[in-house]
Amino acid sequence: MKPTDISNPDYFHRVVDCQWACPAHTDVPQYIRLIAQGRFADAYLLNRESNVFPGILGRVCDRPCEPACRRGRVDEKPVAICRLKRVAADLKGNIAARLPGIPKQKNGKRIACIGAGCASLTVANDLLPLGYEVVMFEKQREPGGLMRTNIPAFRLPAEVLGEEIRVIVDMGVELRLNESVASMRQLLSRGFDAVFVGSGAPRGKNLEIPGRYDDAAHVHIGIDWLESVAFGHINAVGRQVLIIGAGNTAMDCCRTALRIGARDVKVMARKPLTQLKASDWELEDAMEESVEIIQCHAPTEFVLEHGRVCGMRFEVLEYYQENGKQKSRKLGDRFLPADDIVLAIGQENAFPWIERDIGIEFDQWDVPVVDRKTMQSTRAGIFFGGDAAFGPENIIWAVEHGHQAAISIHKYCHGEDIGVRPPFAVNLTSTKMGIHEWSYSNSFDTSVRRLVPHVSLQERFKKINIEVELGFTDEQTRVEVERCLNCDIQTVFFASKCIECDACIDVCPTACLTITHNGEEDDLRARLKAPADNRKQPLFVSEPLKQTGRVMVKDEDQCVHCGLCAERCPTAAWDMQKSSVKIPYAGDELAGTAQPPQRRRA
Amino acid sequence: MSFMQKPRVSHSQLPRNELGLTTRDYEGSMSTLCAGCGHDSITAALIQAFWELNIEPYKVAKMSGIGCSSKTPAYFLAEAHGINAVHGRMPSIATGANAADRNLYYLGVSGDGDSLSIGFGQFAHALRRNINMLYIIENNGVYGLTKGQFSASADVGSKAKKGEVNQQPPIDPVIAALTLGGSFVARSFSGDKGQLVPLIKAGIMHNGFALLDVLSPCVTFNDHEDSTKSYAHTRQFYHPAVHADFVPQKKPIRAAYDDGESMPVELHDGSTVVLRKVSKDYNPTNRARAYSYLHEHQKRGEIVTGLLYIDEDQREMHDISNTVSAALRDLPYAELCPGSAALEEIQNLYR
Repeated sequence: MKPTDISNPDYFHRVVDCQWACPAHTDVPQYIRLIAQGRFADAYLLNRESNVFPGILGRVCDRPCEPACRRGRVDEKPVAICRLKRVAADLKGNIAARLPGIPKQKNGKRIACIGAGCASLTVANDLLPLGYEVVMFEKQREPGGLMRTNIPAFRLPAEVLGEEIRVIVDMGVELRLNESVASMRQLLSRGFDAVFVGSGAPRGKNLEIPGRYDDAAHVHIGIDWLESVAFGHINAVGRQVLIIGAGNTAMDCCRTALRIGARDVKVMARKPLTQLKASDWELEDAMEESVEIIQCHAPTEFVLEHGRVCGMRFEVLEYYQENGKQKSRKLGDRFLPADDIVLAIGQENAFPWIERDIGIEFDQWDVPVVDRKTMQSTRAGIFFGGDAAFGPENIIWAVEHGHQAAISIHKYCHGEDIGVRPPFAVNLTSTKMGIHEWSYSNSFDTSVRRLVPHVSLQERFKKINIEVELGFTDEQTRVEVERCLNCDIQTVFFASKCIECDACIDVCPTACLTITHNGEEDDLRARLKAPADNRKQPLFVSEPLKQTGRVMVKDEDQCVHCGLCAERCPTAAWDMQKSSVKIPYAGDELAGTAQPPQRRRA
Repeated sequence: MSFMQKPRVSHSQLPRNELGLTTRDYEGSMSTLCAGCGHDSITAALIQAFWELNIEPYKVAKMSGIGCSSKTPAYFLAEAHGINAVHGRMPSIATGANAADRNLYYLGVSGDGDSLSIGFGQFAHALRRNINMLYIIENNGVYGLTKGQFSASADVGSKAKKGEVNQQPPIDPVIAALTLGGSFVARSFSGDKGQLVPLIKAGIMHNGFALLDVLSPCVTFNDHEDSTKSYAHTRQFYHPAVHADFVPQKKPIRAAYDDGESMPVELHDGSTVVLRKVSKDYNPTNRARAYSYLHEHQKRGEIVTGLLYIDEDQREMHDISNTVSAALRDLPYAELCPGSAALEEIQNLYR
């Protein structure tokens, strides 16, 4: 293999698994270190740079970072990254003075954002400090989009949501509430310099089976029903409730039902328990509240009695493998009684208000054709993001779409090629403080993952908006931060200094290192000290070593960044250096040119 | 020296041996030697060898004297027995322990000072008695623990860190062992685990005294340019004469050995050492030839390594003394101490 080019910003970025997995590339290890130091406001602001809504995401993020976390590969459970984010948000104090300033002199560009959800708000957040004017149209009476309508208050309190949205709105968004856009053509005629569509995926999927419309008052579409509950239009439900579908919306529906009168709630899943779409933690939380999850049941019919829904009939299925494909067969029928039935089987984006002859192409599924990199539609100057772009994803993806769209809009408004993206960059700084001292906590803490405390089952149902998760206690935070493996503190190797004494190889607790003759990747992977089967993780290969011409190979997979290789190296051929990925945002054209870090004078 | 202990975490797919243990289970406490010390590499090779041999750590007795090398038994096989003896007196202690329990695996770890200066007599007699043990000399040519004076193995002309040139001729433990009747004589280098690990395994399984002289650079006092025991010098003049592959008894030997370049030597327990001769004219079962070969190459400044001499038929101490096969602690008290009447009887034999 060729020597690894560590100046490529992606190399070390990939090593920081959580940051690489995060759509918005939040610098997780650094903010966890800031929390460990009690610098909550700094941790919050670092978060805010990339993910814009740390308080919200610290509660309801989909957490792609956690399954990616290296800790999960060497220990049982990953670091509770999301819960730590919430700690930073809860304890940040007043950060108003440290938010980006908004220029009084505008740049004369007006941008329309359709929908006031997380994607549009991110666009506003990125563009307002550059002098743009942003007009945001929202059909509801309050901004927030799906975060307000579809996430129940017992998971995301209105104050938290309100605070983080207000910060952006107060930057100078011209917010047009209760104003839905009825025609794109008409909007375009109003002379905006660019349009961003962040209108979400507002249409819940329906279930066209017998009896669906015979008692419409007691059969609900999940996301609409959650919205009605959120705005107080619905405040009661029957005693027995069936939720059809087992994704995260179903989890919110079942727990909401319990808070407005239901006593017996069943979540009906078509698939076996091991294949449900809901996140594990959301399933756990629902089960803690005695929601029954019933697997392998496919709905066939709404059953009515005297014109009122009284239950639902299901096919009971069994799954088996045939020729490597999963198939199902029917085992029998089953009737389950219900007073109300909520359909939570997915949602899609819908654009009845976009004329099909104005240059915005839609594909065969009636989804707009949007460039994944630039977020631009087929009509220049019209951008999409969030669930509106590619169908339902999640908040953190919507935020990233917003950032990318903001970069594109900024370039578009200045006549630049939006296909040329501002590059990432990486900065490396040694963490060496003394002979065996580093400016990070390098020892491996064997503590197991902390469990966030919940409000007791007696208390939590008393009101609909009692937040169930209490957040980590100080003591829990103190332990959990130490579980982070500091994957951003990189093992940087200088081949010219190595005397091939093997000290690093012998001391490495996770057998990451090997000095051997170079070869092709497959061959090298087979010759390493420990199995190197995880091909998602890169190999580091050094320049040839001085004494024997062999190479130092490091399998990044299970390195715990303890720094012992560097401590045991007699010639400082290894150093532990902090890598900071410079992530470009709108206006950061120079992010790619490696500039020395700016030091602030006191 | 690192302040922290080696993290308890290990690679999730670390292979396990027949006992279900990983190499991590064969470790000891964190080394307090200088970073980059060759001794730490030998420690790692020992861990690897014992793990590969599927030996339970508690069946091993680690013996050592005084010096940097003699500290190392603390860094591997935490669950093994061990005695840290007086300077140079480890062979006596090992002899006594071995006499009392011949069923443990004995491992002596010594240095060039411990074995070739203060303990040279002890070393010679342990060799001569052919005590069943692996005796490793971690050889770096200096007294590292007292700040780098020349040791008895320093080569003529080798420079100390501060510039003095050594004038005294060295004692070569390999040549000493050959002339003192050693039954297993080998040399290796801490920086070549591919050679070192099989030699350790063969030495452990050898029935008798296995001398393994391991060049182990002192990274603090003897790794500079004019040293003849540095990493760079050793690599430059490295001359592997015989490569030994250790084949455990269960595995059949597949390769053919009729080419005259490889030769299998069966060990006492049924395992085999396959010797691959790098030099065609070398014969590791001919003591006189081994001796002259070493001399020839030494004159050229070359460092001859490998399993240089082996004689598996030589009787070890217990065979010669005709002692019981059980460990003394396993003998019933009446047998172990037959009483005054029996003593009287024995004494009468000599009256």
